[in-house]
Amino acid sequence: MHDMPKGWEGFNEGRWCNSVNVRDFIQKNYTPYDGDESFLEGPTENTTALWNQVLELSKQEREAGGVLDMDTKVVSTITSHGAGYLDKEKEQIVGFQTDKPFKRSLQPFGGIRMAQNACHENGYEVDPEVVDIFTKYRKTHNQGVFDAYTPEMRLCRKSAIITGLPDAYGRGRIIGDYRRVALYGIDKLVEDKKHQLETALVRMTSENIRLREELAEQIRALGELKELGNIYGFDISQPAKTAKEAVQWLYLGYLAAVKEQNGAAMSLGRTSTFVDIYIERDLKNGVITESEAQEIIDHFIMKLRLVKFARTPEYNELFSGDPTWVTESVGGIGIDGRHMVTKTSFRYIHTLENIGTAPEPNMTVLWSVRLPENFKRFCAKMSIATSSIQYENDDLMRATHGDDYAIACCVSSMRVGKEMQFFGARANLAKCLLYAINGGVDEKLKIQVGPRYRACEGDYLDYDDVMQKYDAMMEWLAGVYVNALNIIHYMHDKYCYEKIQMALHDREVKRYFATGIAGLSVVADSLSAIKYAKVKCIRDESGVIVDYEVEGDFPKYGNNDDRVDSIAVDIVKTFMDKIRKHHTYRRSVPTMSILTITSNVVYGKKTGNTPDGRKAGIPLAPGANPMHGRDTNGASASLASVAKLPFRHAQDGISNTFTVIPNALGKDEIFVGDLDIELDKGCCEGIAE
Amino acid sequence: MNGNIHSLETFGTVDGPGIRFVIFTKGCPMRCLYCHNPDTWSAEGGTSMSTDELLEKYESCRNFAKGGITVTGGEPLVQIDFVTELFRKAHEKNIHTCLDTSGIVYKENDSRYDELMKYTDLVMLDIKHIDSERHIALTGQDNKQILAFAQYVSEKNVPLWIRHVVVPNVTDNEDYLYRLGRFVGSLPHVKALDILPYHTMGEVKYKEMGMDYQLEGIPAAEKNQAASARQVVLRGITDQRRGN
Repeated sequence: MHDMPKGWEGFNEGRWCNSVNVRDFIQKNYTPYDGDESFLEGPTENTTALWNQVLELSKQEREAGGVLDMDTKVVSTITSHGAGYLDKEKEQIVGFQTDKPFKRSLQPFGGIRMAQNACHENGYEVDPEVVDIFTKYRKTHNQGVFDAYTPEMRLCRKSAIITGLPDAYGRGRIIGDYRRVALYGIDKLVEDKKHQLETALVRMTSENIRLREELAEQIRALGELKELGNIYGFDISQPAKTAKEAVQWLYLGYLAAVKEQNGAAMSLGRTSTFVDIYIERDLKNGVITESEAQEIIDHFIMKLRLVKFARTPEYNELFSGDPTWVTESVGGIGIDGRHMVTKTSFRYIHTLENIGTAPEPNMTVLWSVRLPENFKRFCAKMSIATSSIQYENDDLMRATHGDDYAIACCVSSMRVGKEMQFFGARANLAKCLLYAINGGVDEKLKIQVGPRYRACEGDYLDYDDVMQKYDAMMEWLAGVYVNALNIIHYMHDKYCYEKIQMALHDREVKRYFATGIAGLSVVADSLSAIKYAKVKCIRDESGVIVDYEVEGDFPKYGNNDDRVDSIAVDIVKTFMDKIRKHHTYRRSVPTMSILTITSNVVYGKKTGNTPDGRKAGIPLAPGANPMHGRDTNGASASLASVAKLPFRHAQDGISNTFTVIPNALGKDEIFVGDLDIELDKGCCEGIAE
Repeated sequence: MNGNIHSLETFGTVDGPGIRFVIFTKGCPMRCLYCHNPDTWSAEGGTSMSTDELLEKYESCRNFAKGGITVTGGEPLVQIDFVTELFRKAHEKNIHTCLDTSGIVYKENDSRYDELMKYTDLVMLDIKHIDSERHIALTGQDNKQILAFAQYVSEKNVPLWIRHVVVPNVTDNEDYLYRLGRFVGSLPHVKALDILPYHTMGEVKYKEMGMDYQLEGIPAAEKNQAASARQVVLRGITDQRRGN
């Protein structure tokens, strides 16, 4: 055993002292908190002053058309810029992506054209020399992907049966274990990585060569992170000694990641209970007061709100805005049965009061029936007041990921520092159904995109006939889709590798291969219409079926009606099984999500009329939602339908966007008792299976 | 046994305690001017559903709606045998039962009511107006049976919630509200008093059904109107209970 570093004084020792093991540190040292929110402190003068400054800059940014300033010359790396501040004297936690707040960085490694467009659309031009370098001398991820795409993949992309592929932008969805920076300091992490490299396999297969190269890259990135600390005047080679340092060290790790990657989701992880251990120690030693503790958290959250990327209008359209998905997972239950709510869980959520509401960071409560009552009440209260908290089912996810997982983006769960995912956008299953009906001809482009199978014949659709054709078309789609993703992730690793994020992972990482589907409820309702009503085909002059007339009524998904809900369940399972048949890059484990939250609007635009009576261009329902207005039995029935979808075939997450007007929730302010839905008691998975 | 059902709401939050499975029955003899469910008046149409079928539906989403079931309408007591069987079977499954009624079809000395009360955990009784004549003007029916039903429920020791809608210029008269309070104060088992502000959300249904809306032009009541009306009713209750 080494000498105890100064930063570790007062902590309970354990396995975490001899190997990188943040979870062990947390379990041995955290203090569950069962009390209420009365201990919380309001914003300090400095906090309010800084936040007013941010509001002013935000206003200027809006007035400038959405972007205040962009870097067009300096390519963003971990150490590319000097220090930037809002007001150095007032900030407890410091660091920006560039040398000043609100200035978006230049990140061309994903694709130079995307970077150029992002600048151009906002009235800036990338320096010609940079363009030259990333066109002639330094290949990008985007170029690599298009070198390898097959003509079929390009067509699928064009017709949007596969959409949103991360082939021109950063894939994101990887969470570095930024807590490691605080707990161990850079030197120990480098030492550990060096050991990993020394003990890596020496039989030089391409796989092992790649691993060795990546480990070397990671070590270099850790060196750069240490340098980033120096830029801001911190020596982060050693473990953090105070709460303020812990948050700062942790944030620098995160900052390095967003300086290096413009990912589709750059989530933070699960940091509040970790940070709480440091705050508890400082409070006990009289180093800080409650007000100072809150100030540190407020300033940290403020920084997370100011993460900004240069993006194109199309990107913003797809994601309805400019999200960064700085998701922070709060709460949950430990596998030893203790809940993991601490005072700092409250402090994080309390920022919504101290510095107002904001969509970022995406505060996600890992909800369990067994969370302490006071915390539940606090969450309910804050949800009502701010509408800014997301809830996810800890009872369900804990079974798979244990008690140190976090959410990337909106629903993707992964063990921090041990699991990652290859983000894979979505296949449009509604469009796939139309391809099945039309023998692979795209209903909008009127060209052959899928295989030239036999189209449906006759005036009316026959259920068995359509199902057979649909099965074959899904088989095809799964193949093109998985293989396109294989190319994408190969090239992303090659040309746009997440060095610092992976440096904050173990060497042996479990990789998820995340696929996704869109249009589930349209498919379920369409098939139900074909089965239980009569669906007449309307063909255009070239014989393509372009519209449908539904004669009679049919059961609709979202009413807790097994006749149609079981179709939805079958489709999920069938498509996932087809995905599973294929080789996935780096032996990743295939998963699937049903979670479009905003992009369903764009997918709908690109999907023609469907047999359920939905008209061309109408948005698909988001995620696993029933189609708008078709769930007529109230929310419980709607929820019950969604809850039948099997999580183990959609392990990357199932979303159900659920909006209620406050009055519909009754007259009392809080009805927290009714929130105790026992999600672990089989109600939430595969009842219909 | 089958009932004639208008519709279901599986996530009811305003019809009894907790989140409830709400069954709307078809048919009602009252014609309240402000009724927001005129589509339930007629006993024609609707869907025939058995008590078992309904309970099965409830069980399948019971986890989301733990409050229990509420039968409302329409006037559920038009189908009293059906409601009784439903509640009896619900009690076998330990499901909380709530009856939301106007009480209008109540008959004294009718043993079917005694049977129903055995399986009823809560009655929500809507007293539209305390004054008999005004009641006729407002609903087309006398309030005698309604008040008798309130007394009956009290005698049976079944928890009772009294509801009353404040309609500007129709029921917000202080004297009527006070008298309503005196009456409510005479009932021993009233557990809650719910004074609801009149809203105009039902108006659109009348238009859809091609009917005239008689309260057209009367604005929705403000929350504070309901709150001050509540104070008056409470004063009546207090005075009655103190024997003033």
